[in-house]
Amino acid sequence: MTDQTANGPMLAADGTPLKQSLNRALRRQKLRAFLLIAPLLIFVLVTFIAPIGDMLFRSVQNDIVADTLPRTVAALSKWNAESGAPPEEPVYRALASDLLIAVAEKTHTQLGTRLNYEDSGFSSLLRGTGRDVDDMGEDVTKALVAIDPIWDEPTTWTNLLGEPAWVSAQADWDKAGGKTAEPPFVLSPVAQQNLPLTSAAFADFARVMQTVKNDSPTEKRPWNTVAIGLTEDLKANPAAAGAFGTEWQPALSAIVAAAQMGTIPAANFTAAFTESDKAWATPQPWSIIKIFSPRFTSGYFLNAVDLKMTADGIAPRADSERVYIMLFLRTMILSLAITGTCILLGYPVAWLLANLPPRTANLLMILVLLPFWTSLLVRTSAWKVLLQQQGVINDLLVWAGLVADENRLVLINNQTGTIIAMTHILLPFMILPLYSVMKTIPPSYLRAAKSLGATDWTAFWRVYFPQSIPGIGAGSILVFILAIGYYITPELVGGAKGVFISNRIAYHIGTSLNWGLAAALGSLLLIVVLVLYWVYDRIVGIDNVKLG
Amino acid sequence: MSLPVYATAGQRLWHYAFRVICGLIFFFLIAPIIIIIPLSFNAQDFFTFSPEMLRLDPAGYSLKHYHDFFTNPDWQLPLWNSLAIAPVATLIAVSLGTLAAIGLSQSHVPFKGTIMAILISPMIVPLIISAAGMYFFYSRVGLQGTYWGVVLAHAVLGIPFVIITVTATLVGFDRSLTRAAASLGAGPVRTFFMVQMPLIMPGVVAGALFAFITSFDEVVVVLFLGAPGDKTLPWQMFTGLREQISPTILAAATVLVSISVVLLVTLEVLRRRSERLRGMSPT
Repeated sequence: MTDQTANGPMLAADGTPLKQSLNRALRRQKLRAFLLIAPLLIFVLVTFIAPIGDMLFRSVQNDIVADTLPRTVAALSKWNAESGAPPEEPVYRALASDLLIAVAEKTHTQLGTRLNYEDSGFSSLLRGTGRDVDDMGEDVTKALVAIDPIWDEPTTWTNLLGEPAWVSAQADWDKAGGKTAEPPFVLSPVAQQNLPLTSAAFADFARVMQTVKNDSPTEKRPWNTVAIGLTEDLKANPAAAGAFGTEWQPALSAIVAAAQMGTIPAANFTAAFTESDKAWATPQPWSIIKIFSPRFTSGYFLNAVDLKMTADGIAPRADSERVYIMLFLRTMILSLAITGTCILLGYPVAWLLANLPPRTANLLMILVLLPFWTSLLVRTSAWKVLLQQQGVINDLLVWAGLVADENRLVLINNQTGTIIAMTHILLPFMILPLYSVMKTIPPSYLRAAKSLGATDWTAFWRVYFPQSIPGIGAGSILVFILAIGYYITPELVGGAKGVFISNRIAYHIGTSLNWGLAAALGSLLLIVVLVLYWVYDRIVGIDNVKLG
Repeated sequence: MSLPVYATAGQRLWHYAFRVICGLIFFFLIAPIIIIIPLSFNAQDFFTFSPEMLRLDPAGYSLKHYHDFFTNPDWQLPLWNSLAIAPVATLIAVSLGTLAAIGLSQSHVPFKGTIMAILISPMIVPLIISAAGMYFFYSRVGLQGTYWGVVLAHAVLGIPFVIITVTATLVGFDRSLTRAAASLGAGPVRTFFMVQMPLIMPGVVAGALFAFITSFDEVVVVLFLGAPGDKTLPWQMFTGLREQISPTILAAATVLVSISVVLLVTLEVLRRRSERLRGMSPT
């Protein structure tokens, strides 16, 4: 159709050009359709797609190391793991500073759990060192106290390093007995400028005291890292002793003098960590921290395929730790076996249903649909009851004399149990697509083949069977997709040998709490299912899914 | 399918053998479900037929497991929880799903394939993966361990079934009917409720039944998302099967089978009605 006529564009009834009018109508129609779909689309995106996205994100997310040990991660960036030597003193000190905070916030145990997935023993290493880290560098504090007992008083530190306004506010809070919100610690600018190391360490201490312990920094002597910082600040910049006014001059000058004479011991965190646990003197724990310091990691995925990341790159896990490839393979093999038995059992039934008179076929169809509609738990309980050693099937076999009473068959809590129960559960999903394909095959083809001299078998194999293959394909993919993701039935009748990868995912979410690994295993399973789904959509088309 | 008169002995044998094989497969399909019904009347706490039951002695049968099911709070609380969750989830799934199916059935819907794939995905993604994702995500937003968390999860799991059944009914829907209604002066809302809705009702009800049974049978997601106080019937059966297997489970199973039979019959009636309404001959 052309919109140009001799008299100009063709017009609609209201006088607008027809093309424009049609376009507007089409736009309005699209908008209306979209408005009808939008609520559900948003609902599904929020309640379903977002959770799946969250799972995919969690499988690579790895914030905990960088969040818990920020200073260590920064200090380790210069260290070369392949050197074979442990890092230098500053890295040990950074870890001590991080651990002091982590221990107070109790995050070091979570970090230990996380790193334990990569290197077993890390959890106890961090726990042990976490207990000792408070005492590291104690000799420096003791030396300061020996020079002047005022350094034993918590208020000395808050008065020296806190801003005067904060000091008085905190004093009021202390007097009031902590009823109101605690005034957050503010560093005095003078301290920040002249004693940078001291200020940084003390700010952390004060924040932890106030936010984690709900206690006043004026009540507890600060960490040894603060005393160490003060010694080093004053040694590096003796002029700082004069920056705080005359009342601080003697105390700070005494430290300067002592530091210059060398009577204050130098802090040695390398030795302290080694004393706490010899492992710290080796590069191993450091390289684990360094490898897993990025915020995103492929570690969970490597773990999910029985690999691990080491300083030398990706390496296979120890034989005793390899379980997932085996589980994936077992899931695939058992699902294939279930699909196979479903084809074997479903094909004759579908053929019978497709070739019987409609009245009889509808009646027999109920026998297929009733299991389809019956609760999964009911069917699983039935099999659990039937397959037991004291159950109906074994009783029947013993009664018939096929099996002796003392060696009843073990039909449950193994792979046999999983295959039998899941074949029963998934069989309707094979019969229904097969049946709908077979309904479309005209019976006259078979008769024609036979009239041309084919035997029954040839007629079936060369004429009927090829036409039923789309049904087999559709049913098989459907059964296989459903089977590889099954959780309930393998859990209840599978025992130890008959469980699937799903059961491992559930275990990691509920029991071992290794959510990252659960997410990685789930993502791999999801990829397999989506590929199969894509194939299914190509062969059958998702619009052609029929229910019941 | 009937045997021709000229069939050879071999063909005759195969014909009957094939029927026996099919009979055995049907037996395999139906027997496990049927057999739990008499077992649930067992007077003893066994999972097999006692000698009294085999002799059809009335002393071997009793209703005690049903009595336990209907009086024991361990079973009654989950039953009522299930009945509190499933209808709400169904209502959400059906109302949103029907609207969207009507939208999808119109011509010129942009990105129809993608939208359909997203809406059907809850049916395709294995339940354990949905459960894992929902557990992670709902914990972040504070829905994990709440009634509404379970309801929303069950609603989204039921949506593909509503979409599929309602779309299938809409395929046979005659669009000229809505145009006729419009030409007679009915507005879109009136047309929808007076003309379209009654005709697609069988599909909507079928979708609702699917959504209901999905929620009523669902156990994986509720295991992860539910609080102990929201324990549902399948959850209770799952724990019962895994930990302390009690014969009451057979009574519960029988009750559930009865519900399935009712639903199946309803669906079959609806299917016939739908075909009659759409002018197709009943098969």
